[in-house]
Amino acid sequence: MTDSDSARWEHFEHMADIGVRGFGATPAEAFAQAALALSAVVCDPASIRETEKVEVECEAADLELALADWLNALIYEMAVRGMVFGRFQVDIANDRLKGIAWGEPLDLQRHRPAVEIKGATYTELKVAREAGGLWRAQCVVDV
Amino acid sequence: MNIDRLEQIDAYTWRLNPETGMHVPAILYGDEALVRAMDDKVLEQAANVARLPGIVQASYAMPDAHWGYGFPIGGVAAFDAGAGGVVSAGGVGFDVSCGVRTLLTGLKRAAIEPVKPLLADALYADIPVGLGSHGKIRLDAKGLDAMLKGGAQWAVEQGWGEARDLARIEEHGRMEGARPENVSARAKERQRAEMGTLGSGNHYLEVQEVTEIFDAGTAQSFGIAEGDMVVSIHCGSRGLGHQIGTEYLRLMQAAAKQYGIALPDRELACAPIESEVGQDYLGAMRAAINCALANRQILTHLTRQVFARVLPAARLELLYDVSHNTCKFEEHLVDGERRRLYVHRKGATRAFGPNHPDLPAAFAETGQPVLIGGSMGTASYILAGTSRSETLSFASACHGAGRSMSRHQATRTWQGRQVIDQLAERGILIRSPSYRGVAEEAPGAYKDVDAVVRASDRAGLARLIARLEPIVCIKG
Repeated sequence: MTDSDSARWEHFEHMADIGVRGFGATPAEAFAQAALALSAVVCDPASIRETEKVEVECEAADLELALADWLNALIYEMAVRGMVFGRFQVDIANDRLKGIAWGEPLDLQRHRPAVEIKGATYTELKVAREAGGLWRAQCVVDV
Repeated sequence: MNIDRLEQIDAYTWRLNPETGMHVPAILYGDEALVRAMDDKVLEQAANVARLPGIVQASYAMPDAHWGYGFPIGGVAAFDAGAGGVVSAGGVGFDVSCGVRTLLTGLKRAAIEPVKPLLADALYADIPVGLGSHGKIRLDAKGLDAMLKGGAQWAVEQGWGEARDLARIEEHGRMEGARPENVSARAKERQRAEMGTLGSGNHYLEVQEVTEIFDAGTAQSFGIAEGDMVVSIHCGSRGLGHQIGTEYLRLMQAAAKQYGIALPDRELACAPIESEVGQDYLGAMRAAINCALANRQILTHLTRQVFARVLPAARLELLYDVSHNTCKFEEHLVDGERRRLYVHRKGATRAFGPNHPDLPAAFAETGQPVLIGGSMGTASYILAGTSRSETLSFASACHGAGRSMSRHQATRTWQGRQVIDQLAERGILIRSPSYRGVAEEAPGAYKDVDAVVRASDRAGLARLIARLEPIVCIKG
């Protein structure tokens, strides 16, 4: 899977926490971008080297639950492995999501992490195709 | 918030009368400025909570309320299991039993001031703080389960604290009904390296000075006087609680559907208290409460070790330990009838009044200490529970200032280094691994805590006892 020109991520405002949002030509691409936005809550994704690869799988009845599950799976891997991730690939087929995250062990000096993430919430949870045909995948994460 | 839909009951109480689907009214506490400054989502969320099955009396929002997920932060709601009442993971939050404990040092500022930088550095060196920090404690599976059953009692048995601490902790340091078997392997794995860690975000350890006393008698009874130095620790159940919140929120999506509960908001996912999922969650959540109590107990021990080296004259007696994010089975008076209810407090503090049977004898006359957290440069407060709050809010009060600005806006407004320098000029030493974290948590990003506690006091939720100001803050 290659990144399309339209793929990008951003944060959106929430009073206590922070919203993560990814855009892409497909839901999978938007999910990968949302994961980059998730990483950027912690540190600058550009500062993350790709020394290790972690694979995750989730199963969910709809795309929105799948997004929350995907982000929560990454939050779990970040927490137990002590890692940060800077690149993602996602495949979605038949309610099953397979994802790959590339990253490295957290380096306090180099990554200067701002905050840890407790979980992805269902607040502002939305996966939808926009008028221009681009997919948007977003939710608020609790920090 | 647009207050047009609200009926003003008195200067500090506002009511949304039941609208479509609401079983009870929503009641918001705060002066007009605070309520107007709340986002519209607070009212929407408080109203949505009032639509859940089995809710009793009212859905409440404390004066520090702001937009949460499902429940507002600062939300309080009680449910009757016998009336089809529900339990909601979103009504407790991801950081189960996040709370504050305050320790009395027995020292005045003059004793600490000469060694302040040394103390700040020593605390920062010994208290694991921030993302990626690990505690020195490693628990095997058996140890972890014992901790989840035993809470602070377990921690004291392991040597992290004194037996007399336990009387000064909610639930006497150990939440009954914890079921470690309901906590997933993933949740336990997430906790493995996090015992005795402070975390990040709004969690902190502060050395504070008592700068004002509002009720000398109660303050004396609590062991505090103007000029005293105290230590306050704000943190929760760490990764274990976060994972429990994540997993049960997911399970309750399916459970709500299964039980035909119409959810006005996905985040209000819940299950009947008497269902299997409901009972499983309560067992897991109580285990997470014990994890938080154990964690704050271990951090207390680490703090005492630092003081023993730097300021050996300090006593560090525990004043009290309170939690903000819980669901507890309690007896309350509703329309003259005593009922056992499941009280959700999300970003709210239990505030039992005088003579409550669950309080230690030391607080029989005063009511429970209610510990209100600050934010690096702003004040913290000690209040006391009132008898009146029993009828106002199931004996609950505010928990902190509550944010008034998003993290993004905060980082656009301040730089971490600048915040640290400005606070240093005011005599407040910050030690933190993250400049961005400090900017996101800048004191100006929070509501006026003075206004919040004043409103809590005037509304009758709790009464003001003392004001504290930070001089050292270890910030995650």
